[in-house]
Amino acid sequence: MTMGEPIVPRIGVFVCHCGINIGGIVDVPSVVEYAEKLPGVVYAEDNLYSCSSDGLNKLKEGIKQHNLNRVVVASCTPRTHESLFQDACEEAGLNKYLFEMANIRDQCSWVHMHEPEAATEKAKGLVRMAVAKARLLEPQEEPEIDINPTSLVIGGGISGLTSALSLSEQGFKVHLVEKQPELGGMLLQLEKLFPSDRDSMELLRPRIDSARSNPNIELHTTSKVKSVKGFIGNFDVEIESQEGDVKKLNVGTIIVATGAENLEPVGLYGYGEDERVITQLQLEKMFKDGSLEGVRTVVMIQCVGSRNEERPYCSRVCCNEAVKNALLLLKESGTRREVYILYRDLQTYGTHYSSMEWDAKKQGVKLIKYQAERPPEVISERDAVIVNVYSPLLDEEMSLRSDLVVLSTPLIPTEDAKELSQLLKVPLNSDGFFMEAHVKLRPIDFATDGIYLCGTAHSPKDVSESISQALGVASRAAIPMARGRLRTAAITAEVDESKCSGCGTCIELCPYNAITKDEREIARITSAVCKGCGVCGASCPERAITMHHFTDEQLGAEGLAALGRVDD
Amino acid sequence: MAFEPNLIGFLCNWCSYAGADLAGVSRIQYPPNLRVIRVMCSGRVDPAIVLGILAEGADGVMIAGCHIGDCHYIDGNLQAKRKYELARRLVESAGLEPGRLRLEWVSAAEGQRFADLVREFTEQVRKLGPSPLSGDPPDPALLLNVQAARAAAEGFRLRALVGKEEKLVTEGNVYDDQLTQEEWDEVMAEAVESEYTRHRIRLALMENPTSVKKLSDRLGIESQTILECIVAMRQLGWVDIQELRGSSPIYMAVEMPQ
Repeated sequence: MTMGEPIVPRIGVFVCHCGINIGGIVDVPSVVEYAEKLPGVVYAEDNLYSCSSDGLNKLKEGIKQHNLNRVVVASCTPRTHESLFQDACEEAGLNKYLFEMANIRDQCSWVHMHEPEAATEKAKGLVRMAVAKARLLEPQEEPEIDINPTSLVIGGGISGLTSALSLSEQGFKVHLVEKQPELGGMLLQLEKLFPSDRDSMELLRPRIDSARSNPNIELHTTSKVKSVKGFIGNFDVEIESQEGDVKKLNVGTIIVATGAENLEPVGLYGYGEDERVITQLQLEKMFKDGSLEGVRTVVMIQCVGSRNEERPYCSRVCCNEAVKNALLLLKESGTRREVYILYRDLQTYGTHYSSMEWDAKKQGVKLIKYQAERPPEVISERDAVIVNVYSPLLDEEMSLRSDLVVLSTPLIPTEDAKELSQLLKVPLNSDGFFMEAHVKLRPIDFATDGIYLCGTAHSPKDVSESISQALGVASRAAIPMARGRLRTAAITAEVDESKCSGCGTCIELCPYNAITKDEREIARITSAVCKGCGVCGASCPERAITMHHFTDEQLGAEGLAALGRVDD
Repeated sequence: MAFEPNLIGFLCNWCSYAGADLAGVSRIQYPPNLRVIRVMCSGRVDPAIVLGILAEGADGVMIAGCHIGDCHYIDGNLQAKRKYELARRLVESAGLEPGRLRLEWVSAAEGQRFADLVREFTEQVRKLGPSPLSGDPPDPALLLNVQAARAAAEGFRLRALVGKEEKLVTEGNVYDDQLTQEEWDEVMAEAVESEYTRHRIRLALMENPTSVKKLSDRLGIESQTILECIVAMRQLGWVDIQELRGSSPIYMAVEMPQ
């Protein structure tokens, strides 16, 4: 690092109202007034929405008009908006590492909604901390890395197939890994797909065939990912076949399309004890096998094992699946069948599915609401399965004699989701599904660069939604691969050669092998490989390592400012 | 007015900071006492920084990272744990309540857990009362202790030990000698005590050069121990004899190169 003349900070502070999200609780004008008086601050203003094009323009104008050399935006979270503001800084000619954020929404106004005064005080504190750090910020150069234009798609179901085919069409090489011997995933078990009653194999077959014959796609069936190292552009992956053969791959991007499983509702409503109690998935198989002859009365029960304490989420597909299967049951055989759907809330959302519900009603499918706290009762008799249900709408106990009870069970995370999440270092949500970087702003990216997410690995969804996401991730993954090179964050560590004693502590601790010793036995960090965790800096016995953008001085200044100290 | 603790939270960018954001998105309310400093990894949190902030009068410091096994940087949180243990030992040695320091794991999905932890920690520190170092002026004896603890955390010996700890305890050294955690803890306890004591002596001598007897009275350490430390510290070039007063030498601290 070159030591030039110390630059006198000229900090601009932009405080966002975020509509009423911040401004409705925090007294934004008083935060602006407070910020103006902080040492180093030469300009402060408030914005209705700092992230709007108007807000960004004001930020850029502010930089030029007031000759700002540091910028602080007090608004939402850097995890979603930092890069947007950094880009605006760059457009105004300011290095993006001279930007700092104060999180006064997600970590302030939203969590202290009933304490406006305390929230305002805290917002001032957070701005004071950001300004204290901003005063010590330094411009950084971002290292550039090469992107291997090859993608790893994990999961060969409809989502993985769709992504792999789209990427190969765009000219990228794809490794498609599937743990089963067959491609196709969950769709192999389905008969007809809603809403069009299309045969699932009609959708699947051409995709499987083209994946098999596509020279850009290399298939690895009965295989699993064993290890993943590296980062966007350059992941070293090992995959292991069932026989124990290990293949080493190098890929630039990774797509998680591992799908979901269907809950086996053992112990619920006599499932596992009476073979006339089955799941919707088993009903699909009976459609395929044509083994429904003689079945006259069918009772379906919704929300079996879902929307409860253990699994609070709605599985999204089961209502539509039940209605579709009810209609198929009526259509399938010339004989007139009776089909009942016992539901808690029938959620046939969207344009296609609501009309399906109307169809079902018209054709005589009987919809009976039940209450979660008073679920139906299933009693096995020799020649029928009796389902007793209390209808709160009729205020009446009903008793249904059925030949078949079909349980609508939720999609649940795959057994190996946890293991894969740890291999990839990406998070799962509290339900155990893979979690996207941001539900609205980055719905199919992971927070980790170069890893993307689609289909039911993310959450229960139907085929068309999975395909949309699969096409989406193919486009997302294509962006860095098409560019070929990428700038990586300059949040990297650097060794002060005059202090390094060559003890090697940092080399042992670096999780990315980014540190080596040079010919003088002094530690040297390869910045393109460094991911910026800062463990080396916090550990160096000589305190010879600077963790750029998170230096000891910057963290110390934030700490002091947090305690209310404002030093010139 | 009720005591409102000033709390600092070091949150890792990938899990805990995201968990804190999720608490916001979910509108889960918690007390406004914690000021968050974002770091990329909890393993970045240098015990010297933590002790520095405590010396400045923070009532409590919380470090939060990804759950073990979930670290974005593979195993940075294991380092965070080792470093936290050092900070905790030093806080205890210095005579500050260990309840002012806390290490927790919070995932990106655990907004509720984050809010609960802030609430708990706020209450925990509220019960402890204001840090004796937050007063104006701060308790001078305690301040010297915490500053000595900080200097010990900045020193080569403890940093080198903690840097090697994970490997020595889990894999063993190049001779395949592996220490148990208990054996290691003994090594650390001894090293922490000796480094801390040496830095207390050094800081006291920086304030004013004095004799072993007077140091012993001031610091409440036996003369014999002080003498042993001073012998070692003279070899390291930390202290020297300023003058002889009668037959007893007056020691002074030597300015250490930064």
